[in-house]
Order: sequence, then C-alpha cells, then structure tokens
Amino acid sequence: MSPDMRQMAKCHTFYLPEQSPDDSTPTSAMSEAYSSLLKSIQRVIHQQGFDGSAPQSKMRNVLRLGLHSLGSVLWGDDLFCRESPTHSHSLTTFLYALRALLRSSLSVAMVTVPSHLIQSRVLMGRITRLSDTAIALESFRGSEKETNPLYKDYHGLLQVHQVPHLNCLVCEVPDTKDLAFKLKRKQFTIERLHLPPDLSDTVSRVGKVELAAGCGSTATGNKHLDF
Amino acid sequence: MFTELNSILNNTPDNCKLGEFVLIMDRKADASFLVHHFLSFYLRAGCKVCFLGLVQSFSHYSAVSQRLGVSLAQAKEKGQLVFLEGLKDCLGVLLPDGPKPDGPTLDFFRPQCLDLRGLFEFVLSSLSPPGGTGGEGDTGSGCASPPVLIVDDLSVLLSLGVSVGAVLDFAHYCKANICHELKGSSVMLVRCEEEEEEDEGDEEGSEMLQRGLMHQCTLALQVQGLPTGYCRDIHGQVDICWRGQGQQQQQNQKKVFQYKVQDKGASFFARGTSSAVL
Repeated sequence: MSPDMRQMAKCHTFYLPEQSPDDSTPTSAMSEAYSSLLKSIQRVIHQQGFDGSAPQSKMRNVLRLGLHSLGSVLWGDDLFCRESPTHSHSLTTFLYALRALLRSSLSVAMVTVPSHLIQSRVLMGRITRLSDTAIALESFRGSEKETNPLYKDYHGLLQVHQVPHLNCLVCEVPDTKDLAFKLKRKQFTIERLHLPPDLSDTVSRVGKVELAAGCGSTATGNKHLDF
Repeated sequence: MFTELNSILNNTPDNCKLGEFVLIMDRKADASFLVHHFLSFYLRAGCKVCFLGLVQSFSHYSAVSQRLGVSLAQAKEKGQLVFLEGLKDCLGVLLPDGPKPDGPTLDFFRPQCLDLRGLFEFVLSSLSPPGGTGGEGDTGSGCASPPVLIVDDLSVLLSLGVSVGAVLDFAHYCKANICHELKGSSVMLVRCEEEEEEDEGDEEGSEMLQRGLMHQCTLALQVQGLPTGYCRDIHGQVDICWRGQGQQQQQNQKKVFQYKVQDKGASFFARGTSSAVL
C-alpha cells in the first residue's frame, strides 16, 4: 500500500493494555477485554455514522474492522490454553454480539483466530458457524507436505470452510475448494491445486487438444493427468 | 416452499399435517434452506407462525421468502407472523448503554440465567389463541390458525452459554404446549459439529442436544455433505426419518435423497440420479 493511501485512510485503533478497567457491568456474559472491545467498536460505528445515526461526510463508506488473534492470551483469554477455561463462552458471545453490530451497520470485520491452538473441534465449529465466511490457511512448513512433489510450488493450502449466503438461498458456488497459496516478496497468490472432476452437465466431451489447452492455465501438477 | 419436498413429505399447504415436531439437523453442511422452506410453507398454509430468528437479520429471511413468493413484512403486519430478531435485540442486553429490553424474553443472554423460561413464555403468548384456550369455539383441529413455532437455530444458544439441559427442557415444553395442547407444529434447527470424541465435555455438546431432540421429534431431516467430498452440482444428502408417534405405533420409515439448492428453491432426487450425472 502506498504511504499516501495509508496516511489518508482514517484509522481507529484499540490497544487492550491502554484501556482503563471498566468498573461497570461485572455480570456481563463476556470478559472485560471483549466487553470493552465491543463498546469501542460500537462507539466508532455510532460516532462515524456507520449505523445511519449521523450523515456521513463526503461519500458513504464502509467500516472495515480487523481483529487479530481473538481468543488468544493477547486478549486475556485462556480459552485455548486450558481444558476448562474461566470464561468458556466469552469468545462465542462476543462473536455473536459482533455479528449483531455488523448486521445493523455499514461495516465488515475480518477476524483471525489461532486455530492451531484449539483442541476442541466443537469450539472451532461454533466459531465457524458464528461467522459468514471461514477460510483456513495450512502451511507446509515443518510438515511432511513440504517435500511432497505435488506441493513443491506452493507454501500451503487454503481451505474454504464456509461461504456466505446473505439475503439468498445459495450464493455463487466455486468450482473447486482445492486451493493452494504461494508467498512471493510482494505478492500473495492463490491458485487451484487440482483439476476437479467435472460433473456439470454443461461440459461437453471435448477432444484431446482442447482439453490440453484448458489444463495449461492450472497447476503444473496436472501434467500427470494429461492422457 | 419447495414443491418436491412437499411431495416427499406428503404435505401440502391446503391440507397441512399438524401436531408435528420437525427436527432439522446438519453436519458439515448448511440446512438453513430447509428453514426457509418451512417458513414459507406454514405461512402459505395460513398458520400463525412464531419465528425465533436468532442467527440472521429479518431482512435476510424477508429477502429469501420474497424469492419463494411470500412476503414476511405483510404477514407480520397482518399479525400472522411474530418475529423475534435475536441479533438486533441482543445488543440491548450485551452492551451497557443499549436500550434495555423489557420482559424476561432475552434473559438467556445474561450469564446468571439458567433456563429459557422467559423465551418460552414469549413463544406461548405469541401463539396462544386470543381469549385463552377456552375461547374462539373449538380448539384443536377446528382452530382457524393452527400455531407453528420455527427456531433458527437452537444450537446457537449453546454458544451463548445456555446449558444443554435448559435447551432440551425448552424444546420439551414447546412440544407439550404447542404440538399437543394447541395442536400445532414445531420446527427446530440444530447444527452439529463433527463427531465428538468421548472425553470432550458432554454437557456442552450439541451431540447430546441432537440425541435428546431425536427422541422427541416426529420427523427428522438430517442434512450432511457428501461422503466423497465437495461437489458443485450435488450439495449434499438428506436423510428423512419418520418416527412413529406413541398412539399410532407406526414403523419408523427412512428415506435418503440428494439435493441441490438453487436460487428460488431446491431440488431433491434419489441418490445417483442428479441431472449432472445422468
């Protein structure tokens, strides 16, 4: 991002250690950290007019929220480091309240969760269901996949766990969910990993030449599938 | 509503079956399309519907229902639909400066709350016929607007800290009052995670909730992804199980279908007969 664009963008931050301890609502369903985070988000939404309360200056814009490493000890949460955490429903209640805030305002949120620390698949499932879109990045570094020739051009897999369908029964369904990513110095690329079995009734039985041309744009691993 | 599903379930809006407790479950799939089906089905059948929309906004359900040919806004205005918008109303409880809700309906958002009594009272007051059960001539099958409760979805209550026991009690009270006494129907969606291991906290599991509700229901629709993995043209599989009711002692019947969700409906077909495959 260019420095000018970064400077022009209006930015609000929330830094937990700087927050004053809240002496009200000791009986909240969420931990203090999440509670004050939620209040801070609501304050920005209200003050900047993203909930329609005040007319927005210049153009209508969308508030973009980035919440990093939710559920980790950085937020004072022991959810991922203890078998019986102190506030077991704090994170999920926060995510529900965040969903409510986003639904009622012009905002979107991107949340990261250190899923490698989560032992419980139940909890991971609940966090996924409380979101609209859920993707997971699985790195090859340190695993046996690093030496697998099929993956040699990539740094990891990108798994799509959930796609949103807001205001409709079904959204645009991707052809394949087998995706891999690679990291270059200034670029993050996502590519299809395999040629998926094409069951669509729109595909015609094409000749070998056309099929080979179609394969050219996908991963190099497909050379083995050329027959 | 989905016409193919109506013929599978042998149910039409003109002559809809009542006294049913329908349980919709999903695992590695999204069964919310079935909730939209039942919502538009029962509204078309002229039933009085109480909808607990806990996971999406009213405008989402409204937009989808519009595509299925039913206007939720109109139904709400007429008084045919009572809609609880969980997302909108929760902020009043979860944020200290929000507008405080009156009544105990949303008490389950508070950590001290141990049961769903407030929510149940709300449901019962929405669906009971005016003037008490003795008024309006005959109650039972002669009632003009049979009551229907639809919940989307029950498992989010577990994420909010409500215990499995409290949710099962709520479902039991709903069945006893709405399905048996008021001769209406209930439809509840439960979303399950992947198979839980034995030693994971059983009290918190949606698995236990699912098992408890399976015993109570009269019709179960189990939605799951294909065992062979993701497919663009076949979104998953539905296992439909009719559970015999106490008096009738019918044999449990089971059928399996594959489905594909489209923009304005869903198609159901026997396994292996998708138009993409044949």
